[in-house]
Amino acid sequence: MSEGSKVYGILLEFEDPQNLVVACRKVRDAGYTRWDAHTPFPIHGMDAAMGIRGTRLPLLILAGGLTGLALALLMQWWMNAVDYPFLISGKPLFGLPANIPVTFELTVLFAALTTFFGMWGLNGMPRLYHPVFKSARFRRATADRFFIVIESDDPLYQTEGTSDFAASLGAVAVEELED
Amino acid sequence: MSQPHVMPSLEGEKLTLDEVGPRILIGGSILGVVGFAAAIAIGVGRNDHLASLGWSYLLNFAYFLSLSLGALFFVAVGHLTRATWNVVSRRIGEVVAVNLVLMAVMAIPLMLMASRVFPWASGLTHAPEELLEHKRPFLNLPFFYLRWVVYFAIWAGYAVWFWRQSVAQDRSGDPRITMRMESRAGLSLLLFALSVNFASFDLLMSLDPTWFSTIFGPYYFAAGVVGFFSLLTLLTFFLQSQGRLTRAIHVEHYHDYGKLMFAFVFFWAYLAFSQYMLIWYANIPEETAWLLRREENGWGWIGLVLVFGHFLVPFAGLLSRFTKRLRATLFLWALWILVMHWIDLYWVVMPEIRPLDPGLDSLDLLCFLGFAGFYAAALSRWAGAHSLLPERDPRLQDALAFENA
Repeated sequence: MSEGSKVYGILLEFEDPQNLVVACRKVRDAGYTRWDAHTPFPIHGMDAAMGIRGTRLPLLILAGGLTGLALALLMQWWMNAVDYPFLISGKPLFGLPANIPVTFELTVLFAALTTFFGMWGLNGMPRLYHPVFKSARFRRATADRFFIVIESDDPLYQTEGTSDFAASLGAVAVEELED
Repeated sequence: MSQPHVMPSLEGEKLTLDEVGPRILIGGSILGVVGFAAAIAIGVGRNDHLASLGWSYLLNFAYFLSLSLGALFFVAVGHLTRATWNVVSRRIGEVVAVNLVLMAVMAIPLMLMASRVFPWASGLTHAPEELLEHKRPFLNLPFFYLRWVVYFAIWAGYAVWFWRQSVAQDRSGDPRITMRMESRAGLSLLLFALSVNFASFDLLMSLDPTWFSTIFGPYYFAAGVVGFFSLLTLLTFFLQSQGRLTRAIHVEHYHDYGKLMFAFVFFWAYLAFSQYMLIWYANIPEETAWLLRREENGWGWIGLVLVFGHFLVPFAGLLSRFTKRLRATLFLWALWILVMHWIDLYWVVMPEIRPLDPGLDSLDLLCFLGFAGFYAAALSRWAGAHSLLPERDPRLQDALAFENA
């Protein structure tokens, strides 16, 4: 490690998902909060093992959907009944049944866009660089290896203590990451 | 995929009805006999040639038929898509579907009363004879009877076949049975779709012989499927309260019941609104008459009950992941939807019969009790000594370990 560079954290490599999940439970129980697990595929029960709370995304989606609903009704009311009133086959200028399809579509559109971009936002994306990319070992995270990264800004992080703790988790390799 | 969590063990799990079966069989039969006996006594006393009895019978026949049709859909679509999660509750679905045999028997009284019940057969209709004349080639009693024979041959035939194959697999464990059921599921659903469509025309739409709606079949189908998923939830909770399937079916499966209830509540509303909006927009008298009858004389209130009770309220209530994973809330929504499904059919059938009076007739409830009693008795009869779980289905282990991501 070169002089003056900051330590980003510590990388632990595991050979199979079972060991990773066991190690995750230990990291969670040790009280670490700024850490993450990287796996080539989703592992059921991972959220519980890492102690991750349920996502807030559904609330955002509900708000997005309701916004779309309100906007659609407002738009149609303003266009059809206020700005350009035009009598079509004797229907009321603002008749709810005729406005439901557009309202439905805009509700779905706004909810879907909120889902997509909300997921990006909550996950801190887009992110084009991450310190783990410097590790040659980490390239196998998309193929056949399983990793835990404990970040150095975690309140519990200590250079010596965390390395010892990491060694006790049964990782096949431990590596310090530069920022 | 790896499964680090613990697989539920079926060690010591009670998988048959045993002593619960005869209790339901006897209790249900008594309820059925008492319900229908009271209905017949009142119906005969009406001096209307059993017409009001026939209409109440028709309403409840359509209700219980739709639940079993929903079950047949659940079983067949599970095979068609090679679903894993539903293997643990598939036997319950198979048993509910086999009740189509009971419904075939229950159809006989309806067929006998058909000449009094259906306006195109009784002549008690506001429709001019010239309009009816053009529909005679389709709406005549012999062809009507023939169609119902065909419908039930398809429904009961497939329901019994799927159930028998599945029970045979409990004994043999032969995975080829699964492959055979999967290979025939496609054709079964094609025939199901066509037959349910025409059956809904015959049973409900023809009560106004001049009215037509091409979306009516899917409307009845969607209502039946949401009713079935609610019934499946109640049956699962009932069995678990009796100490059956306590570990095989768990919160991950309830969550999927809830998702399907939610989806089909919305699908029902989507179809109901599509039917309404096109008629409202086109504003053609021959189509609007049907809706006008359902907006006048107090029927509009029942329509509003459906807009809120069958759509907006359960939609909001089942939206959250939390309510779908909690037994108490899921139970309440299942019960709620089953009641709303009945009100929905009441709103479809009764304005044709009693356009001036939206109030309940005691016959409607007595016939409901009669059907409910026999329906429950027959369910326990089919469940019998067989396992409540397809024990040796090749996908059972994956279904037990199933988790929502």
